[in-house]
Amino acid sequence: MIDLRLIPDGGPGWLDASGPENHLVLCTRIRLARNLDGLPFGTRNSPDERERLLDDVLRAAERTSGLAGATTWRLDRLDLSDRHLLHERHLVSSELAGLDPSRPVVSGAACLWQGGVGVMVNEEDHLRLQGFRSGLDLDAVYRATDLLDDELGQRLPFAFHPEFGYLTTCPTNVGTGLRASVLIHLPALVLTKEIAKVLQGLAQVGLTFRGWYGEGSEVVGNFFQLSNQTTLGKSERDLLDHLGMMVRQVIAYEEQARQVLMREAPAVVEDKVWRAYGLLRYARTLSFDETMNLLSGVRLGVGLGLIEPVGLYALNKLLIYSQPAHLAALEGVPLDDPGLAVRRARYVRSVLDAEADRHRGGPSARMEGNG
Amino acid sequence: MQCEQCGTREAVVHLTQIAEDQVTVVHLCEKCAADRGFDTGVAASQTPLGGFLATLSSLGELGPSEADTERCPVCGAGFDDFRKTGRLGCAACYTTFSGPLRELMRRLHGAVAHAGERYRSAPSAAGEAPAALPDPVEKLQVQLREAIAAEDFELAARLRDALRGPRD
Repeated sequence: MIDLRLIPDGGPGWLDASGPENHLVLCTRIRLARNLDGLPFGTRNSPDERERLLDDVLRAAERTSGLAGATTWRLDRLDLSDRHLLHERHLVSSELAGLDPSRPVVSGAACLWQGGVGVMVNEEDHLRLQGFRSGLDLDAVYRATDLLDDELGQRLPFAFHPEFGYLTTCPTNVGTGLRASVLIHLPALVLTKEIAKVLQGLAQVGLTFRGWYGEGSEVVGNFFQLSNQTTLGKSERDLLDHLGMMVRQVIAYEEQARQVLMREAPAVVEDKVWRAYGLLRYARTLSFDETMNLLSGVRLGVGLGLIEPVGLYALNKLLIYSQPAHLAALEGVPLDDPGLAVRRARYVRSVLDAEADRHRGGPSARMEGNG
Repeated sequence: MQCEQCGTREAVVHLTQIAEDQVTVVHLCEKCAADRGFDTGVAASQTPLGGFLATLSSLGELGPSEADTERCPVCGAGFDDFRKTGRLGCAACYTTFSGPLRELMRRLHGAVAHAGERYRSAPSAAGEAPAALPDPVEKLQVQLREAIAAEDFELAARLRDALRGPRD
């Protein structure tokens, strides 16, 4: 089992709630799809070719400033619960982790990670470089990922076409190979039923949305991954500027919706967020989906200044460690442990109790809430 | 991912529904989505994959017929393989099937020409570091100045290391 300390809270750099707009934006992620010239793409290469590719990438990574000394996980040598763990950390895609039983993990599938940047090897594309930062910070994530791209590109022969740009297994990624995503919490737009209009508007300007775990995943806890849909015909700078501008617009919409809620139905909103807090604080069983939805209510309450005795860092930590594989690893039990919902409720209570104790002004958050 | 309704076909339409203040996403195949009365063209465009598959299926009418029999000389993949999987076999496929792919890319991206960064360096066949290039150092210096200006000292330290050259 992977030692959770190997992927500490700061590992993905998105838990510390230190980034810009962190009250709404959990993290910014950028990935660059790259393939090597002269090697069949991931759909047609052999186990030997995948092994050689991984060797070449590991050798090249050792000579970069970003990944020298990186933690490396070979997905094909990890058991299912560990692969789930890395997927829950958003370090690997569901495909690379082989989580779909009909598409098991391929030999040579690996992930390197260090200090906010990393690379997935032997995914659909040979390399998927990626970077994470807390909050909305497209420029910083791109600078770090672009540096890794430059350094690896000097040591590995990337497949590049003068007309089409960086060549990818799927033409939806060709050109820049860049997919920038912003994981944003939009509860007020959901509550006011404005979210569908906003998402449709984003589709019309070339952006798309995904769920908590990326492409094809469910939206849980009112978290949406907003990202660019096209990768060809615009520069990286234009793609990032456009996404950043639209995300700031969505933030403005969400804040307007929050004002509407507080103006039109303050008692209802206050009741909703405190009920969510109360359930998390006192429930004896919690499913992951229920936890995510209740955490969404509490996060909204924190954002509106209605709930004080819990910080964003604690909420972010709960988001991550309430996930099945993280909770199982934390508790030292198998992923299919039948008591996971009870353990989750106990874990959530312990974190919220500690937060309430930490909060100045009294040992009981409930008392403060009533005041 | 399989369609949640029929459980057999691939889900290509991902519908966001809002009920009781909760957002749920329903994954449907194109047929089941159409049966429910949804405009699959619009819904599909909300996800890259959905839009991509919709575009790909329409390409069957447009792709030059000779492309169906032509195979990539490097990996052996045919355009029919691409139609089935949506995935190309190797970099050379882009040259072999450039005609129909150009049309597909125009529909997917609204463009056919790359406008982003250009790849400038590649290692020698022996896998050794390439000859010194004029641009990377200058670019690193610009990145370093930007990182310092943005007070991103962690990145600045890495850029400084990169400017000092390989560790081995």
